[in-house]
Amino acid sequence: MITLTVNDVRHTLDIDPSTPLLYVLRNQLQLNGAKYGCGLGQCGACTVLVGNEPVFSCLLPVVACGERPVRTVEGLGSATQPGPLQRAFIDQQAAQCGYCIAGMIMRAQSLLERVKTPSDEQIREHLQPNLCRCGTHMRIVAAIREVSQAGGLDAAARAHS
Amino acid sequence: MKGKIVIVAIVLAAAAGLSQAWEPSIDRVAAHAPAAADAAQIERGAHLAALGDCAVCHTAKGGKPFAGGLPLVTPFGTLYSTNITPDAQTGIGDWSLDAFTRAMRKGISRDGHHLYPAFPYPHFTHMTDADIAAIYAFMMSRDPVHASAPANRLVFPLNFRPLVSGWNLLYLHRGPEPGAPTGAEAEDTTNPMQTVEWQRGRYLVNGVGHCGACHTPLNRLGAEQRDATFAGGVIDGWDAPPLTTLLHAPTPWTRAQLVAYLRTGFASQHGAAAGPMLPVAQSLEDAPQSDVEAIATYLLSLQQTAPASPDVHSQPVNLTQLAAPAALANGATLFNAACASCHSAAAPMSTHGDRPSLALGTAVNADSPRNTVRMILDGIGWQHSEAAHFMPPFAQSFSDAQIADLANYTRARFSKRDPWPELDAAAVAKIRKESVEP
Repeated sequence: MITLTVNDVRHTLDIDPSTPLLYVLRNQLQLNGAKYGCGLGQCGACTVLVGNEPVFSCLLPVVACGERPVRTVEGLGSATQPGPLQRAFIDQQAAQCGYCIAGMIMRAQSLLERVKTPSDEQIREHLQPNLCRCGTHMRIVAAIREVSQAGGLDAAARAHS
Repeated sequence: MKGKIVIVAIVLAAAAGLSQAWEPSIDRVAAHAPAAADAAQIERGAHLAALGDCAVCHTAKGGKPFAGGLPLVTPFGTLYSTNITPDAQTGIGDWSLDAFTRAMRKGISRDGHHLYPAFPYPHFTHMTDADIAAIYAFMMSRDPVHASAPANRLVFPLNFRPLVSGWNLLYLHRGPEPGAPTGAEAEDTTNPMQTVEWQRGRYLVNGVGHCGACHTPLNRLGAEQRDATFAGGVIDGWDAPPLTTLLHAPTPWTRAQLVAYLRTGFASQHGAAAGPMLPVAQSLEDAPQSDVEAIATYLLSLQQTAPASPDVHSQPVNLTQLAAPAALANGATLFNAACASCHSAAAPMSTHGDRPSLALGTAVNADSPRNTVRMILDGIGWQHSEAAHFMPPFAQSFSDAQIADLANYTRARFSKRDPWPELDAAAVAKIRKESVEP
């Protein structure tokens, strides 16, 4: 049996320890935000936070999470009460097909948690591992910039409360 | 470490006392009009600059080519590469050819101060005057970039530049390479070491190519060990593998494989260039094919003919004899989820992507686990629009203990060599800290 903490909820799962975390999130836990893109760690659609670090969940065996807590896009807010970064993505209409967006948001979240008000250059550098085929990069950067210009995640959250 | 530095300083100071610690300034010259230079000479200079991968050290991350500012981390502190664009204020725009030649041959800046030997003038000193002049013409033909490098952060007292004159007395052996090919010499094709190509290769490897700067181990004073030429060194946390055991690889290196590796960063029987070698291969892409072939010919003449290392198993071994079963099982679990989608025998990346099995990989078969650990930690990053192989980094995904298990399993499963002794979480933690990546 494997224990796994996702979005502050502890799960005990009877599962092959080498199952990629992405499959566990989507199949066992029905958290379908993170997407399967390439399965090779090349596109970033599966990005989630493990122990506050952005990782490709398609390449992370579930057993390797150990005690590190996992956070997915579902942990940042809901459709009715989006978190500050999710709200910014909605404000900027940053999604076209949306397939990459959960991964984009999670990688951006890790940046904003480390650097309160990142510059455009820092945003571009940090988001580099994540691909978008639709070409909404400018809007994605604008959404993250919106949070940065509001003074960071906490300030952006207060502005809407 | 502190004691070491003091010894280094005392030795250098003593030697400096015996040599010329101060050099005269060479007068400034007005900026050259690029059109005045000869196009053929500039092109030859561009080729030589590619062979010497000048841009690799003299370009900061995200900076303009040749404008300097890249931090070079040494055991003696951090140096920043200089701006070698023809900007008069911050670059070498007011340097005469004489000043440039003196820097290349003696490691002295135009104003007379000593450059640190992280700049490989002990190699460049062997270049011909014509080749130095060609690189000068190429550099002067480029657009000036106004950019000042940050101040060096060297440990006291090595930040006192005149000490370098002592180092030079001990380790700088001047003069052009004997036998630098003139083209006029008669070619003795019966002796492979007398062919024009071999001599050209030796000239390029030991001169502008400065391969030994990374691939020869350094002594305590940071100079290449003369009795261990090309025996392998460590640079930026990576092993620069020995260049004298190329025939010991699972598939011995051939000239064609070496040329492919050096010019494209990929050899189908060995793997992809990574770490500090990747930008070198990207630079050599712009070098003439014939010069890279000459380098390969020369390097292959340096090989030890001894049979493969004695620790190679003659029979396939039971994996469980090699390491703790629990650690290997853990490594297998990690491999199956994280690595197998590219590196298993049946993976499309292996069958269609022309990737060699890890069984042929240089890092997996190396004496030290360093490069395998380094690869797992850092991967091979995107090279923007440059063609290069990619591997995602796992530094943020895996703990030190997990990386140790994964590396030990990879060794046991793919290499016929003995396990790496003492590769554990502590060893990985140490290698992880040596990264130059943020």
